[in-house]
Amino acid sequence: MTLDKTDPRPSRRSNKKATSPLASYLLRRLGTSVLLLLGVTIVTFALTNLVPGDPITAALGEGASNNPATVAAYVERYGLDQPLPVQYLTYLGNLLQGDLGRSLSTGRAVTADLAVAVPATIEIAIGAILVSLFVSVALGTLAAYRRGLVTDQVVRVVSLIGLSVPTFWLALVAFNLFFLQLGIAPGSGRLSPQLSPPPTITGFHTLDFLLNGDSVGFVDAMAHLALPVFVLSLFTVGLLTRFIRTSVLEVLDQDYVRAARAKGLSGARVVLDYVLRGASLPILTVVGIAFGSLLSGTVLVEAVFAWPGLGTYAYNSATSLDLPGVMGVGLVVGVIYLLVNFVVDLLYGFLDPRVRLG
Amino acid sequence: MIRRRRIPIPRAWLTPLAVIGVVIALAWVLIAVTAPLWIPYAPNAQTLPRLQAPGIDTLMGTDSVGRDVFSRLMSGASVTIPLALALVAVSLTIGTTLGAVAGYFGGWVDEVLMRLTDLVMAFPTVILAMVIAASLGPSLFNAVLAAIVVSWPAYARVSRSLVLSLRQQNYVIAGRLLGFSPVRSLLTDILPNIAGPVVVLATLDVGTAILLLSGLSFLGLGAQPPTAEWGSMISSAIQNFDAWWIGVFPGLAILTVVLAFNFIGDSLRDILDPVSGGAREAAATTAVAPGQPNAREAVA
Repeated sequence: MTLDKTDPRPSRRSNKKATSPLASYLLRRLGTSVLLLLGVTIVTFALTNLVPGDPITAALGEGASNNPATVAAYVERYGLDQPLPVQYLTYLGNLLQGDLGRSLSTGRAVTADLAVAVPATIEIAIGAILVSLFVSVALGTLAAYRRGLVTDQVVRVVSLIGLSVPTFWLALVAFNLFFLQLGIAPGSGRLSPQLSPPPTITGFHTLDFLLNGDSVGFVDAMAHLALPVFVLSLFTVGLLTRFIRTSVLEVLDQDYVRAARAKGLSGARVVLDYVLRGASLPILTVVGIAFGSLLSGTVLVEAVFAWPGLGTYAYNSATSLDLPGVMGVGLVVGVIYLLVNFVVDLLYGFLDPRVRLG
Repeated sequence: MIRRRRIPIPRAWLTPLAVIGVVIALAWVLIAVTAPLWIPYAPNAQTLPRLQAPGIDTLMGTDSVGRDVFSRLMSGASVTIPLALALVAVSLTIGTTLGAVAGYFGGWVDEVLMRLTDLVMAFPTVILAMVIAASLGPSLFNAVLAAIVVSWPAYARVSRSLVLSLRQQNYVIAGRLLGFSPVRSLLTDILPNIAGPVVVLATLDVGTAILLLSGLSFLGLGAQPPTAEWGSMISSAIQNFDAWWIGVFPGLAILTVVLAFNFIGDSLRDILDPVSGGAREAAATTAVAPGQPNAREAVA
């Protein structure tokens, strides 16, 4: 691994300096990713094993865990009598065959659980990213144009409020207000009780309904997304707006923007074609970061809306000390994190030809 | 060049934002210290009628077991605020030390420490904190431990990048040539110059810490009943949606405290520009502290 020592995120900086072709970049990237994922499995494995909690009692309950025969059978079945390193290697071996083990809490294969939970969460996360990107680009650009004026201060306070609201509380208040009091939002979950989920194609309810031409289902799924997405977006708007403001400010001072204005282009044209294009790289970076914080926020929001996503699954497996479940979540989250960063890096090269990935 | 008329920005600590932040934060600290002396009911006394709406007698109503929400809210300040401050202090100490060591010595020390921060940061904070808190067993103390584990890497990254830029400065090199030990060099030449940005990060982090702690308590992984903690007060509101006052007021308490610290931190950041590097580096170091103003802006 050749890593540049001056950058906090080595894989990034090394993009620019290295002279080897794209293939070697991808390979190096893959290498560090695999190492990081390996680290993730070690951390989760260590966490769930080396701590005082007793997974056997947690899985079997007080009563059954007092029965030595039951405990012995359980230990035998899940290989818990093996030394820890052996258990870990067994896990890794199975992992390579795409087997994440069987959840101790749901009793189903972790991969099957995750196949349901991950799309549910990604659906919210993508919705929230889109909404908050739209809102914060508008707010951030506005603030940059009105720098130092009242509008700028108002936007600043709004984004700070967004960062300060406890997400779980906002979720509860929104749920209470819009569902219970006003009745204009649907209740918890991904669908209304009278509807049955669409045949799974992608796992995203909205998309699956669309692919089936079921407009009633699609509208219902979208309506159920509205509140969680709104609640999650507020924090992300706070996160993104200040950043976009700064990026836009930097671009506004550039000669090419001045030139575009001077040759008489309309304000909207200048903003869309010159300013936002120029500011797109930093915006992209912070969107990547925001995605991580969204995954965090989704745990608390899912708890309120009874959303059967990754956050709910993580919570259930963490509280029942379900080792395979927790490790599955850790892996998936690690993979999502790496993928998002990877896509961000690729988009860099796409948006700015000066950035060479090779 | 087209110039807009600008209101000159006064010195950052005199802005309304900073003043409001300081006033609210001080008010909450005062409440945390003095609450036991003047709250009308004991926070855990179940002596009032249940689910009573806010009124003259009980300013914020009562909860499902007849406790006064106002009294619990006020005494909740002394649970959350000191813990959040302690949490930030510990994370800051661990993170800054490791980051400074990594940046100063470089080589394999740097490599190992930074991969460790990468690893922690690859997890979404709440999920990792949740797993740690759940494995340690639900308690407020364990929630704080979990929060420390997820909080220190931000400080490590910021201080490392600052140390990296400082160690090439002539006065630091001069110190080294004079025979300063690494410890002395770090403590006398470098530390005072990285303190500003780290303090800004810490101020903003107090808010994050409060949100994380109350979030864990909301999930049942932090404060245990009957502790009057804001997050767990909100979670108890789930069973009584009609009694909106049980959940709404604790949420407002969290919001105002966090907002106050964010106001202060954001204003401080205007004075002490922590990372004047490119946006990418700034982004890398500000997962917790978004929106770095650049040097030009801070001067303007």
